[in-house]
Amino acid sequence: MTFDEAQGYVVLATLAAPLVAALILLFVPSENKMLVRYVSAFFAAVMLGCSIYIFTAFQANGGGLQMQLRWTWVENVAFLKKDGISLYLGVDGISATMALLTGIVAFAATLTSWKLEYRNKDFFLLFWILVGGVYGTFFSLDLFFFFFFYELAVMPLYLLIGVWGSTRKEYGALKLTMMLVGGSVLMWIGIFAIFHEANLGTFDMVKLWAAGKDGTLDPTFQKTFFPFLVVGCGVLAALWPFHTWSPDGHMSAPTAVSMVHAGVLMKLGAFGIIRLGIQMLPVGAAFWMPGVMALGVIGAVYGAMAALTQRDFKLISGYSSVSHMGYVLMGLATMNQIGVTGAVLQMFSHGVMTALVFLMIGALYDQAHTRDLKDFGGIAKVMPVWVVMYTIAGLANVGLPGLSGFTAEFHIFVGTFETYPLFGGLAIFAAALAAAYMLRMFATVFFGPFNPRWSALKDVTPLEATAGALLIGAMVFMGVWWAPFTDRISMAVLSLPGVTG
Amino acid sequence: MRDYTTFIPEYVAAGGAILVIAVELIWPNMRKDLLAYMTAFVAAGWAIASAAFIGMEPRSFQGLIQLDNFTTYFRFLASGIVLVTALMSAGYMRERTKTAAEYYGLMLIAGIGMVYMAAARELITAYISLELLSFCLYVLVGYLKRDSLSSEASLKYILLGAFSSAMFLYGASLIYGIAGTTSYDGIANALATRGAHTDAAVIVGFMLILAGVGFKVSAVPFHMWAPDAYEGAPMPITAFLSTLSKAAGFGLILRLFSGAFITDALEWRWTFALLAALTMTAGNLLAIQQTNLKRLVAYSSIGQVGYMLVVIAAIGYGDAEIGRNATSGLLLHITGYIISTLALFTALTAYYNKTGNDTVAGLKGLAETQPFLALVITVSLFSFAGLPFFAGFATKLFMFQAATTTELLWLIGLAVLNSFISLYYYLMIIRQMYLFEPAPEIQRFKVNPLLWGLGSVLMLGVLFIGVYPGPLFHGAAKAARPLFEQSASSTGIAKQP
Repeated sequence: MTFDEAQGYVVLATLAAPLVAALILLFVPSENKMLVRYVSAFFAAVMLGCSIYIFTAFQANGGGLQMQLRWTWVENVAFLKKDGISLYLGVDGISATMALLTGIVAFAATLTSWKLEYRNKDFFLLFWILVGGVYGTFFSLDLFFFFFFYELAVMPLYLLIGVWGSTRKEYGALKLTMMLVGGSVLMWIGIFAIFHEANLGTFDMVKLWAAGKDGTLDPTFQKTFFPFLVVGCGVLAALWPFHTWSPDGHMSAPTAVSMVHAGVLMKLGAFGIIRLGIQMLPVGAAFWMPGVMALGVIGAVYGAMAALTQRDFKLISGYSSVSHMGYVLMGLATMNQIGVTGAVLQMFSHGVMTALVFLMIGALYDQAHTRDLKDFGGIAKVMPVWVVMYTIAGLANVGLPGLSGFTAEFHIFVGTFETYPLFGGLAIFAAALAAAYMLRMFATVFFGPFNPRWSALKDVTPLEATAGALLIGAMVFMGVWWAPFTDRISMAVLSLPGVTG
Repeated sequence: MRDYTTFIPEYVAAGGAILVIAVELIWPNMRKDLLAYMTAFVAAGWAIASAAFIGMEPRSFQGLIQLDNFTTYFRFLASGIVLVTALMSAGYMRERTKTAAEYYGLMLIAGIGMVYMAAARELITAYISLELLSFCLYVLVGYLKRDSLSSEASLKYILLGAFSSAMFLYGASLIYGIAGTTSYDGIANALATRGAHTDAAVIVGFMLILAGVGFKVSAVPFHMWAPDAYEGAPMPITAFLSTLSKAAGFGLILRLFSGAFITDALEWRWTFALLAALTMTAGNLLAIQQTNLKRLVAYSSIGQVGYMLVVIAAIGYGDAEIGRNATSGLLLHITGYIISTLALFTALTAYYNKTGNDTVAGLKGLAETQPFLALVITVSLFSFAGLPFFAGFATKLFMFQAATTTELLWLIGLAVLNSFISLYYYLMIIRQMYLFEPAPEIQRFKVNPLLWGLGSVLMLGVLFIGVYPGPLFHGAAKAARPLFEQSASSTGIAKQP
């Protein structure tokens, strides 16, 4: 066994941990709520540890795919030839970063859900299936399993939001599920077409990437099917105008689900665009990227403007997510090294930042049972720690230097100005709007005149503070010393077909 | 040579059927669930006897009946379905009838009908097998004769069924008129060399046969009987209808269209594409409006038939390789579908035995009152919808991938879109179970241990196929192979039976 293969087992363990956790929870009696929490916390810690290991052990200067592991699953039957479908895992610089993000957010979300009492066994069980789907999508190098895990991540959301959510939860859950699955319809068609067109008898993505590059996948074919895959994945990445599930879904979702959903799951969409769009259909990508850029800019500006008019905390964050995912799409559409690197940085940055935002909103809502900005005022008096943490998240959102948002957005803007100067200008306008909606919220909620109705509010619990500190740590780390991230990501980005140096 | 050993598995089944009926004649007051266990035991014996034929050289009985891996595959399906449905019926029938022997006996015989529909290589044999199955089903659907809904369902089913049989026969006679033979190989040869002046007769013949078998698998627009028959039939028979009768129909269609009619695929393939498109769309759209569980499942299974018909169209459009691959996919999918459906009905039967309610709204709060049943129902519905970890995801993906040809990409797209629509009404059921509190008068209840065990086993089966479909897919591929080897070399076997 080579060292790389041995590391592959770490990847496998990271993927298996949430699924094993779900399996174990199935046999834990539902009355024993503490045991449910301990099991979840244990596996969350395992995942965090493995994710950190994967990120640190990934050799930045090595580039390429590392820690590969392949187990044949089905082969030599009907249309499947040798290595037809295999559980083929591996990471590159992009997925290593995403794995780290998943580990951090899932751990923080577990701590946040500690106080959940209502059917917490079922909640964690579904939650771990969701996380398993997320990890699986990031690690899979086989198209079948990529789609398998992608769908797996979407599947539990209906129940998670429908049962444990708030505010029009049935509507939000149904809308979100149907839109996301509607997106996968397009992906499904795209996958059938690619497999048929490549005619290699394998779902191995590395081989299909090669087929996309060397013209086995015909250029016209690539141009035809690129929109299927990009819109399909784009729904999950809140690609305007397919973003409408995002505000409603986030508003209804319970705290931990919002955290993982906005923090990690939306990134699956952008990740899918890289894996299936840019890597598999490079000609199609070259042809369509200006369109993606336009939609990304519209999303960025529209999301920020919509956030400016909202009064509900979660809706503000929901629209702000649309706006930030717009940046990600812009970064991808630049197709130059710095821009795409920025997009991946933004995926990480927005992930930890928005997880922190939803964590804080949850901490407030659990006590106050309202999320209307107008109801609040001068909260800083009763919840100082809460206000500090929320402020940090908000400032990262705005792009304050020293926090992760700045690093990411700076890369994206530089990349955009290189290729599309006009759009770059619009994006900076959107960033200015972000400052406006954030500062408006700070002013009315945190500082304004104190509303005595809230004198009984308690500050964040130690567990929430720990989770928040972890997320803040990640934000500061990336904001201050981004080399570990950019080294890993930019090597991977440079190897993407069609990306200029 | 007349090799009567070919039929050993069915001797077991038919002998068992007679035995079951005889036992009740001798001991009329016996516990009726013992008959169910006997039937299950016989079905298990049937499956074991069939296992001896795995991988055996294909052999033909007088050119009428072909025994190959394809037949063996259907033997396993038939015996498996009978086994599960018999166990499912044990409690249900015990409460509702005084005499149950015919019920179980006919179940076994219906299974035999299914096997010979898949095994027949001659039109009359195929027709007789089809009627054998149909007559058993007519009786089974109307078995609860004091229940007016059951009688009504049976009457409707008989009338439309007889009508469709007549169409099948008329179509067969037209084909016979042109080919001069009823054997599949003979027809294939004759159709390959026929003159252009026979076009009209051949096309009409194909359409009539298609309508006839379309009725059996309840393809739109020949589906009218299905919702009523499903609703009126005893719950386990609804399961039987939606698994055995559909699988049997596809057995016949596959053998017939990949063998006898393959040389004239140009004339019928577009009809199957159209039929598939209509069936899946209508089935899924109509399912949305249903409030009765059995009717909802009826329409949902019509939608499923639409997906399966895509494969038949692909056989017509593609070459032998695509046909073989697509058939492997279909056999895999149909197996996954059968297991999921049986799991669903096991849960519904257990639920119905306790509550007597078969509406969607009645499931409200089931996750509180009976979490196990809610889980089984959810698993099978998610499997229908094609979500990962459950059989439907892998089987559907394989089936559609195998059927993907350039001409049919639109149909595959439509199929995927339909499976998206179906998720909506499945979620509506899941919503009832998980999102709402149960009505205050409904207490937490226990499930009969037999149904509990059956449900668990079937649920694990759904998960197993979903997680590791490899072995079954290999089996399905082996079963599909003989169909296309014959059609490639169909010269001069069995001129006349």
